[in-house]
This record gives sequence, structure tokens and C-alpha cells, in this order.
Amino acid sequence: MFFPISHAHVNPIYLIVVGFVIGVLGGFFGVGGSFIAGPALRLAGIDWNFAVGTDLAHIVGKSVVAAKRHRALGNVDLRLGFIMALGTIGGAEVGAQLIQMLKRAGNVNFVVSVVSIVIYLGISTFMLWESWKTLARSKRSTAARKSTTPAAKSDDSAFQHVTKAIQRWRIPPMISLPASGVTISLWIILLVAFVGGLCSGFLGGGAGYIRMPSMVYVLGIPTHLAVGTDLFEIIISASYGTFSHAIKGNVDILIALVMHTGAAIGAQLGAISTQYFAGPKIRLAFVPLPLIGAAIVIYTMFSGHKL
Amino acid sequence: MGPRSKTAVRRTLRAFALELVIYAALVTGYFFAVLHLLGGWLVQLETQHIRVYAVVAILLIIGQAVVLEWVTTGLLRLLRGGRSE
Repeated sequence: MFFPISHAHVNPIYLIVVGFVIGVLGGFFGVGGSFIAGPALRLAGIDWNFAVGTDLAHIVGKSVVAAKRHRALGNVDLRLGFIMALGTIGGAEVGAQLIQMLKRAGNVNFVVSVVSIVIYLGISTFMLWESWKTLARSKRSTAARKSTTPAAKSDDSAFQHVTKAIQRWRIPPMISLPASGVTISLWIILLVAFVGGLCSGFLGGGAGYIRMPSMVYVLGIPTHLAVGTDLFEIIISASYGTFSHAIKGNVDILIALVMHTGAAIGAQLGAISTQYFAGPKIRLAFVPLPLIGAAIVIYTMFSGHKL
Repeated sequence: MGPRSKTAVRRTLRAFALELVIYAALVTGYFFAVLHLLGGWLVQLETQHIRVYAVVAILLIIGQAVVLEWVTTGLLRLLRGGRSE
């Protein structure tokens, strides 16, 4: 099928399958899946600028479906989502400016590659350690109590003492988030969102791989709510990114629409699946995702291939 | 996972597989009808009115998302006898 906006010939079945896989990941983990979508579009022969812009447009659609599904399951904290969108947009702008600075200095590819590898490996290692420890701890306590609490939607974290300490920082104004059962300083929420936005602007994509864990470990949001709220927040920030890329001529909306037909059904499957898994298990399953991103970056660095 | 949850998962997956088949037929029709008709207009918009194109692109993807969500939820509900989850 010929896509006249990007002048690319791509098999629509390939786009639907890529969309479906990313949709499942997005619905289950609350991530945009750019670390897979970008290289997958590039492999199909689409230029990098179109791959980045089109992926953002497709993320908007996919997040609408998954966030709507999560909202029906009671997994979206709207107040938190709106506040985080502000911080994310600010961070994304700063990240984009940093990229421009590095472009002028002539070392953008090397710096971005090294930073992304460090961030991806760091997130994976930390989440593996934390979820493993949490699962082992809850197994011990379940055996001791012979508890009848259902596994799904239960949430516990071996990092909870740090989260509680952060929540005790009373820097006004304090924001109450009844949906998440948390009261926390506005500045901490904005800082978490800003860092997520910075990663998004600097490394590309929606940066859900850093925002979702940050919401759980720093803000203390239950995992299911972090996934749903992250998706809701991505609708706002990715719409902003899509507009910004579209006016630069980097969005082929026809490709995004085709990809999204696969993502729509994948996101439903992913979102429904979260009901059958407890928070620590979702976090443990998340571990390989940043590793895939790191592997792709390492491959491009050492092979010289631009995926 | 208990036997009750296993049955629920199996039922959801079966409904989902059927939904996938019906959905694939709908999507094929959608490609030929909507995308083919929109293509020329969108290319023209992209070359002549880039800001309008940017807004239309966002509205289109959100519109498609809402419609497809409605279609997939409706299909799932239909296949599972009134329940969507």
C-alpha cells in the first residue's frame, strides 16, 4: 500500500501487527511502546522523522482506547493526570532544547545512546530487584497468614518505606488525590512529570517506561492506577507532541490510522489482562521492556545500522 | 489463579478470538472505504495548510480511537452475552 504523505510503500498487515503488539504492551503496562514502534517503522522503510512523528500520533489513539478501558475499571486518577500533563509538556520542551544543543555540539547520537542505555538498564535492574523482593515477601506473609485476599489488584512494594518518606515532605501546596489514596506535594508530582517529559523530549516517545515506575515508587500510586493515569496523561502530552511534529511535516496520519486499527484491539486485550495480575507481577513483567530498548540502542551503536 | 478465574480467562480469550475475526472483516472494509477516500484530501491539506492538517490529524486519530473502542467494546459485550469484561 502506498502512503502518499511519507512517500512510503508499506504492507498494511505489517502496520496492523506492529500496532497490535504495541497496543497489548500499552494496555497492560501503560507505556507508549516507542522503543519498539520507532525501529519497527524504520524497518519498514519509513524515514526517522516520519517514524517519530507518526508514532506519536498513533500513541494518542492507542492511549485514548486504553485509558477509556482503564477508566471503566476505575484505574484513572484524572486530577493527577492533568497535573502531570503540565509537568510533562514543560519537561519535553527542555528535552527538545537539550537535543538542539547537542546537535550544535555535534555529538547528539553518542550522548543520547549512552544516556538511554544507562536509563533503560537502571530501570530494569531496579524493577527486577524491587518486584522480586516484594513477591518473595508477600509469599512469605501469605504462607504465614494463609490469607484469602485475591491476587489481582493487590499492591505492595519493597520500596514502600522510601515512598512514605517522600510523601512526608510537606512542601505546600499539598495535593490530595482521593482516587489514588495519596496526599502529596504538588512540586513532587510536577518534578516526576517533568523528568518523564525530559526523557520524552530527549529520548523520544512517550517515556512511559520512566513515568509509570516513578508514579509507583516516588508518588506511591497503586500500580493499576499508575498504568491507567499514565495512559490518560499520555493522551494530552502526545497530542501536543503530534501537533508539534505535524507542523514540521513529520506525521503521516494515514500510517498512524492503519497502525491504530491493530492497536485498538491490542490495547483492549492488554487493559483487560491487568485484572488478572497483582501489581508486583505487572512490574516484574515490565522488566524486559526497557531491556529491549537498551538492546536496540546497543545494536545500532556497535553495528553502525540506523534501525 | 483459581479454577473460577481460569474459566473466566478462557471465556474472555474465546470471545476475544471471535471478536478478532469479526474486527478483521470490519477493518478490511474500513481501509477500502474511509482511508481511500480521505487519502487525497489529507495529502492536499498537508501540502497547503499544514496547521489545519496538524489539527485534523489529531482529531482523526482521536475520532477513530473512540469509534473503534465503541466497536470493540460492543463486539465483546455481544459475544459475552451483555458483559464487556
